[in-house]
Amino acid sequence: MKLRKLAVGLALTGAIGWATGGGPVFAQNEQFIPRLVYRTGPYAPDGIPFANGYVDYLDMINARDGGVNGIKITYEECETGYNNDRGVECYERLKNHPPTGASLVDPLSTGITYALISRATADKIPVVSMGYGRADASYGPVFRYVFTFPATYWAGANAIVEYIGSQVGGMDKLKGKKIALVYLNAAYGKEPIPTLKALATKYGYTFTGYAVNSPGIDQQATWLQIHQANPDYVLMWGWGVMNSTAIKDAASVGYPMDHFIGIWWSGDNPDVEPAGMAAKGYKAAEFHGVGANYPVIQDILKYVYDKGHGHGQRSGVGGPLYDRGVINAIYDMAALRTAQKKFGDKPLTGEQVRWGLENLDLTGAQIKALGGEGLVTPIHLSCEDHEGAGNVRISQWDGKAWHMITGWIVPDRTFLREMYKESALQYAKENNITPVNCAEVHASR
Amino acid sequence: MHILYAILIGPFVTMAREPAFLIEVLIGGLLAGVMYSLVALGFVLIYKASGVFNYAQGTMVLFAALTFVGMLEAGLPVLLSLVAVIAVMIVLAFAVERMVLRPLVNQSEIILFMSTLGISYFLVGLGQILWGGDVHPLDIGIPSGPLTVHGILINQLDLYAAIVAGTLVAALALFFQKTRVGRALRAVADDHQAAMSVGIPLKQIWVFIWAIAGLVALAAGIMWGASLGVQFSLELVALKALPVLILGGFTSIPGAIVGGLIVGATEKLGEVFWGPVIGSGVEDWFAYILALIFLLFRPQGLFGERIIQRV
Repeated sequence: MKLRKLAVGLALTGAIGWATGGGPVFAQNEQFIPRLVYRTGPYAPDGIPFANGYVDYLDMINARDGGVNGIKITYEECETGYNNDRGVECYERLKNHPPTGASLVDPLSTGITYALISRATADKIPVVSMGYGRADASYGPVFRYVFTFPATYWAGANAIVEYIGSQVGGMDKLKGKKIALVYLNAAYGKEPIPTLKALATKYGYTFTGYAVNSPGIDQQATWLQIHQANPDYVLMWGWGVMNSTAIKDAASVGYPMDHFIGIWWSGDNPDVEPAGMAAKGYKAAEFHGVGANYPVIQDILKYVYDKGHGHGQRSGVGGPLYDRGVINAIYDMAALRTAQKKFGDKPLTGEQVRWGLENLDLTGAQIKALGGEGLVTPIHLSCEDHEGAGNVRISQWDGKAWHMITGWIVPDRTFLREMYKESALQYAKENNITPVNCAEVHASR
Repeated sequence: MHILYAILIGPFVTMAREPAFLIEVLIGGLLAGVMYSLVALGFVLIYKASGVFNYAQGTMVLFAALTFVGMLEAGLPVLLSLVAVIAVMIVLAFAVERMVLRPLVNQSEIILFMSTLGISYFLVGLGQILWGGDVHPLDIGIPSGPLTVHGILINQLDLYAAIVAGTLVAALALFFQKTRVGRALRAVADDHQAAMSVGIPLKQIWVFIWAIAGLVALAAGIMWGASLGVQFSLELVALKALPVLILGGFTSIPGAIVGGLIVGATEKLGEVFWGPVIGSGVEDWFAYILALIFLLFRPQGLFGERIIQRV
């Protein structure tokens, strides 16, 4: 009975202390980053390495540099399970975290990105959908708080078609060819369809889409149809188990792997390893380098893993998704540094970080200084352009590792900008948004 | 009018025009159906013997496959790994009986169903703690390339899975018909109280049936794991078994097989021949629509026991 009274007393004291401001003490020189992750569930094999890469980088700069210009970076992970509702819940839970609220949010899901666009804009918290999300959010005058750099799905689709053009002997040779898309039947998977259709009209190839419902564990019927239609190239916008299943099923109908090209979310080790040697020759588009032979990755090993503080296994460092997590963190911290130049070396609000993102100019020299030369692509953003160059490379799986087989492919920027603008203005019309005048924004700086 | 033609006539015209492709799709569907049956079998066994709809069956498939591949990766030979996993599944059966079923004896079916929900979440967590969240490739030596017989393309993995499932069903049928324990299991399935009155130990039977369902889960886990890689998505294969159960009946082993074949064949035919008309990605809900139609006319399924209640 005494023990029970003591427990109740302690609980009450704690509750009163919390209510009167005696909760956890947050240092005033900390910058908070909410981490929406998925370390459990069917998509965990892809979510874990990305999440590890991101926080390992933050831990490294805290350990090596004492944070960003003396500001320690703090973070808290929230498990979304790759579910939109839980993603929104995580965002709401973490957005007001002390001392200045969420600096920005990386949703790591196209569906969650869609769900957060209006909320985050109202809360003045930038959404960084690095290589996913709404492609038309690249048009900054409408999507003030959304950033899509360094490449959107539309840019990815455009670059892949350009690569196919180079393989068949020129873009004019695409006429009469058949290009198919196997895609996850969700917002993410459907993103490249407008681009691929528009390019089909432009270049004269035939486009066919094959939807695969989540999770995509059974695609036999899809691949029998593809076997029957015999397209010249098959593209894939898949995620999780859908990727490895597609590669296996493609092999089972004898589809040539070197004519099968996935987007970057379909190009990691968990996608090809279950298929074994059948995956040899499979290709994927990438917007960054891959591997562990970069100074920044070596610093992570030195300052985090050698001290026993790594979030994953040492062997996982340097995989495509791990590296992508690191790159996401590098970009986010670069935006923070840019914002600090204007607002001072102090914890910044989401609104201030948004300014940093919009004025991000990460040059090759700066990337080299950060230890990411060859890993990270340079970015130059502006009020009009929240994407940057959108350059893409093609990598190929040789049965053991990924190898880059092309240089940077530059998509058709004029074509893409027109598409972004047209779609974004339609969104603005439907949502009563008045696009900002970027000339005025530039003048006010 | 055009849409009616596209839905009601067009697909059959295509089938008639391309008979080889029709046979290819049909065989592919039937073989895929056998893979569904493998999972459905586990549900049927437990429901038949204890009246419990085991929500955790999909997770048991995952857990068995994860443990198997974990043992292999730890350096154990294949046979030893198999024996070890069988032992783990038997221990699990004992644990379920002692910690879940026994305390809940005489509770309503919904309570027992909810308890299997708990078992499912427990196994997912335990699996992740023990073996991590990575994808584990599982190569059981089945070639992945295309196999063409008289111009008809056949998925080799599905073909081997059909052989495994067929062997498993034959073994289970023999076990149920010819052994003493099998007869006891059938007696319990027919009438718990009558079986107990003639001295059949109900609790031991429960352990036995959960252990057998565990072994079926292991077989399904290995075949599905060889196809997808052993990863947490494996628990979702249970979704494929549900329409099979509705069609075949929850209490019939032949029903699980026939149901699997029907679901596999119709969903593939639906996807290939009706998908282009009504939008691709139809195969998942196509099976459920079929199951719904069956529910309307034959709620106990093709081979299930007719539900008769005195009022």
